[in-house]
Amino acid sequence: MSTIVLGHADPHHLGGLHAADHAGPASKRIVTGYGFWIFLLSDIVMFSCFFAAYAVLSGQTADGPKGSELFDLRSVAAETGCLLLSSFTCGLASIAADVREKTLFQLAMALTCALGLAFLSLEVREFASLVARGAGPTRSAFLSAFFTLVGCHGLHVSAGVLWLLTMMAQVIAKGFRADIQRRLLCFALFWHALDIIWVALFSVVYLLGAGQ
Amino acid sequence: MFGKLSWSAIPIDQPIPMITSGVVALVILSVLAWVVLAGHLPYLWREWITSVDHKRIGVMYTLLALVMLLRGFADALMMRGQQAVAFQAQGYLPPEHYNQIFSAHGTIMIFFVAMPFVIGLMNLVVPLQLGVRDVAFPTLNSVGFWLTATGALLVNISLVVGEFARTGWLPYPPLSELTYSPGVGVDYYLWSLQISGIGTLVAGINLVTTVLKLRTKGMNYLRMPMFCWTTLASNLLIVAAFPILTATLAMLILDRYFGFHFFTNEAGGNVMMFMNLIWAWGHPEVYILVLPAFGIFSEVVSTFSGKPLFGYRSMVLATMAICVISFMVWLHHFFTMGAGPNVNAIFGIASMIIAVPTGVKIYNWLFTMYLGRVRFTTPMLWAIGFMVTFLIGGLTGVLVAVPPADFLLHNSLFLVAHFHNVIIGGVLFGAFAGYTYWFSKAFGFRLHEGLGKAAFWCWLIGFYVAFMPLYAVGLLGMTRRMQHYDVPEWRPWLLVAAVGALIIFAGIVFQILQLVVSIRHRVELRDRTGDPWDGRSLEWATASPPPVFNFAVTPVVSGADAYWAMKVRARRDGASDQSPDYKDIEMPRNSPTGFVCAFFATVMGFALIWHIWWMVAAGMVGAFATFVVFAWRDHDEYVIPAADVARIDQVNVDARRALMSGAV
Amino acid sequence: MNILDPQGPIAAAERTILVDSVAIMLAIILPTIAAILGFAYWYRSSNPRAQYQPEWAYSGRVEMVVWAIPALTIILLGGVAWIGAHQLDPARPVEGTGPPLRIQVVSLDWKWLFIYPDQRVASLNALTVPVGSPLQFELTSSSVMNAFFIPQLGSMIYTMNGMVTHLQLRADNEGTFQGLSAHFSGDGFPGMMFDVHVVSQIAFTDWVAQAAKSSQALNADSYGKLARQSVGDAKLTFRLDDPLLFHAVASQHIPAAPGPSLDQQAEVSPRSH
Repeated sequence: MSTIVLGHADPHHLGGLHAADHAGPASKRIVTGYGFWIFLLSDIVMFSCFFAAYAVLSGQTADGPKGSELFDLRSVAAETGCLLLSSFTCGLASIAADVREKTLFQLAMALTCALGLAFLSLEVREFASLVARGAGPTRSAFLSAFFTLVGCHGLHVSAGVLWLLTMMAQVIAKGFRADIQRRLLCFALFWHALDIIWVALFSVVYLLGAGQ
Repeated sequence: MFGKLSWSAIPIDQPIPMITSGVVALVILSVLAWVVLAGHLPYLWREWITSVDHKRIGVMYTLLALVMLLRGFADALMMRGQQAVAFQAQGYLPPEHYNQIFSAHGTIMIFFVAMPFVIGLMNLVVPLQLGVRDVAFPTLNSVGFWLTATGALLVNISLVVGEFARTGWLPYPPLSELTYSPGVGVDYYLWSLQISGIGTLVAGINLVTTVLKLRTKGMNYLRMPMFCWTTLASNLLIVAAFPILTATLAMLILDRYFGFHFFTNEAGGNVMMFMNLIWAWGHPEVYILVLPAFGIFSEVVSTFSGKPLFGYRSMVLATMAICVISFMVWLHHFFTMGAGPNVNAIFGIASMIIAVPTGVKIYNWLFTMYLGRVRFTTPMLWAIGFMVTFLIGGLTGVLVAVPPADFLLHNSLFLVAHFHNVIIGGVLFGAFAGYTYWFSKAFGFRLHEGLGKAAFWCWLIGFYVAFMPLYAVGLLGMTRRMQHYDVPEWRPWLLVAAVGALIIFAGIVFQILQLVVSIRHRVELRDRTGDPWDGRSLEWATASPPPVFNFAVTPVVSGADAYWAMKVRARRDGASDQSPDYKDIEMPRNSPTGFVCAFFATVMGFALIWHIWWMVAAGMVGAFATFVVFAWRDHDEYVIPAADVARIDQVNVDARRALMSGAV
Repeated sequence: MNILDPQGPIAAAERTILVDSVAIMLAIILPTIAAILGFAYWYRSSNPRAQYQPEWAYSGRVEMVVWAIPALTIILLGGVAWIGAHQLDPARPVEGTGPPLRIQVVSLDWKWLFIYPDQRVASLNALTVPVGSPLQFELTSSSVMNAFFIPQLGSMIYTMNGMVTHLQLRADNEGTFQGLSAHFSGDGFPGMMFDVHVVSQIAFTDWVAQAAKSSQALNADSYGKLARQSVGDAKLTFRLDDPLLFHAVASQHIPAAPGPSLDQQAEVSPRSH
């Protein structure tokens, strides 16, 4: 029987490829934030499918109205204002949570919520007026894609508002515990991501659409 | 009150589904009755259903896959039987039934066998290989599993209540639109996949974060076992591809439920967009399944050759190359759409390029055996069977990537033979290898080797007898999904294929027997050392089954093949008598969140399929309430005191010392 | 229906590519399979003569070779794919004797309609073509997707509602061959096989003359009846009343065919008895 030969501890000749040893598992805050980032990336992939579908179908109006005949840029500008401002107040809430300032936190979250609801009500009004004018999602493939893309963002904002209210209640009940802080981090990431998606949506759908 | 649901939804006049579901219901009821009467329910609830332990969840995923394999295989037997007899005749299955069977077979085998099988093995093994105590998000892990189970449950409910899709496993519109498929079959398909898809996405996020952020000290990326690398690649693909599936199915749902026009014939809908979107998910999906299998083979070949994996760097590079390129080839699924020569040629060549890293992998396994000491255990047999079979599947795969060849072979039984060649020969053989290899790790006793080998030979021979004739009959022009046919030249091949299916059936019988015999002889087959195969990576450094905290003291890694290096050191320096420095361990508490969530998801899914809107609302409120209740918990962790850790660990330490002194 | 027994230039060229590609790959794969089985056998743990080097896991030279072998194979096959995809593009015109014959194909639920616009005739479930002539197919669907495929003439192509795909073929030998739908289209799908009669140029002229005298006319009205779901239809010939019928279908001026009607549903669904 041959003896076990103890050779170099680096059978794959990787010696120069890593400088230092890995330090071990990351902290919970980093793991949670990281995981949520990955979720957000997957969510953006989903949105990009709806963007792609919109791009493919935007010319398919089936003799119905085109984007330029439908979009009211003033209302959309107001929506954009609400959402961007709400990102600012959401940022304030994050700072307040970092310094554990309960009143400022609740105030900033309430403002964020109000701005989110204002955005939603403007969007609902826009949708309702389109449907009333016979330009609902069943009218043409273009309108199907439009309602789905914009509506999906709207659903995300609605879910965000629900989450926001839950977080306000949690901070009242539990205070700024470590696990609550991690959830607030995720919520802030989510809310800002919705802003980024809205900017893309505003440019691709409304600005380009109104120009056509 | 109950939407479209009425008593006529139950196919009383159909003997096959009624008898099948009757027997299945009887089995389920008697198992439930036994569980309740024998008093096992509290144990099951406490230790399994609410468990957030990655090992338990991994086992449950695998169990789900094995049970669904039986269902999917029953469908396969019925199809082979039908095509064997339906020559110039209608056979025993009318078209509307046959069409449901092949749709259900594909859906079940991909989503509820292959997916849970590989996700289960990844869940079980990856945290152990990384030397950590759990995955990144243990409770979400449980949610992911139970949502997958929900999807499987809904598909099986369609057997008794209503019908399943009759459109094939990918419901191409306009056939799947309400106009041409007015029944609930497509809705069953859509909602079970949406729900299980969320589960898969959660599992993907969880495992990506685990591999990237939770590795023990010293576990640099280039020291990870190959299975961890392929897990990373596969789950990155899940995160990037499954949202595409969700979006695509959502569009079809909007078409069917609200009269939208994404894929309809009317008002500007675009069928080709469905094909592009579904395959933009569908092709990466193939690699989501096969990459973990490649990882399993890497572990198995290296262990049973007694050598480190040859060409580790090439292997990592090849894995990541496959991960990236797999997103650039989707169009090869519809060369026959008439997209033009440049598009076809570019996607054809891109598809072939994937064969390069795959070929490299085969050669690296080959050279891992070279100068090794090969032990022909059951997992190694699966690996060698895979290498030979997969080469043939790769050949036919590259062949259909050549557009002019695909113009003849697309949608034929040649294609069916090809993808079964790579999915059975690649994914399933890999999953079986992993199942046999890691079974002792999960349960503390090994599977019976003799019966395992018998199962392997039946599967291997059965595979060739079942699918080589399908290659031949594909060359004779036979297309897939034929409920009956009139061409005499096809018939002999289909009869041989049916015999092959029966040989595979014998293999499955041997596997069931293997499980039963192994459980009965679990004392003789006990794995006392935790290292029954002379393994190389960290999962073998702990007891079998591992304690809930995996490692009493988390290992520190200083090179590749970490456990092998530890063994070599111990043999050289003698086992250390020093007792390790035990500390208190914090572990996540069990939680019923996953199970309760899945309950509401089932209610909601069923209600959506049958248009019972009040029930949909109830399900949604329930799911949200579950999350809020879960979020309100004050203590989501518990502490295992150092003394308990020491006591639990002592047994394993003793067994290992005995092993080491015996070996030196 | 053997695709290895081609009856026209397209199918023959495609078969050549198929066989050549397999040969190129077998040259690599057979030795590899032999090596897998050989290495596994020789290095079995019970073989005392086999060398064992438990640390050997790296060789730059071997790795270079294992990347080079599949890469070179694929470069070769990639060339075959590029040239083949261009030369055998379904829409590329085919040489032949005489002027090209235009044939418009509509896939119906569940039968095939072949329209000869220049000859002012049409046929159902049977395709008659002259030997040696270039055949120019334009294809669409009345409802769901199908794929038009005559295995021994080569190149299948999808038919889709609201879209026209193009295919050019030629048949070199007289005889009767079979065609089929190669994309699943619903309950009547297996019944979508059709006969392809390749006849002499003279016989084709006779067939056209016969068909033109058919008692049945094809126009928007009779098309509407044909487009309803049915299986097991007879092989029919029509005189073509409306030479623009195909364009009306393809441009959706004639709306897509309906799906299962309620009484048909009773026939095909086990759930509604």
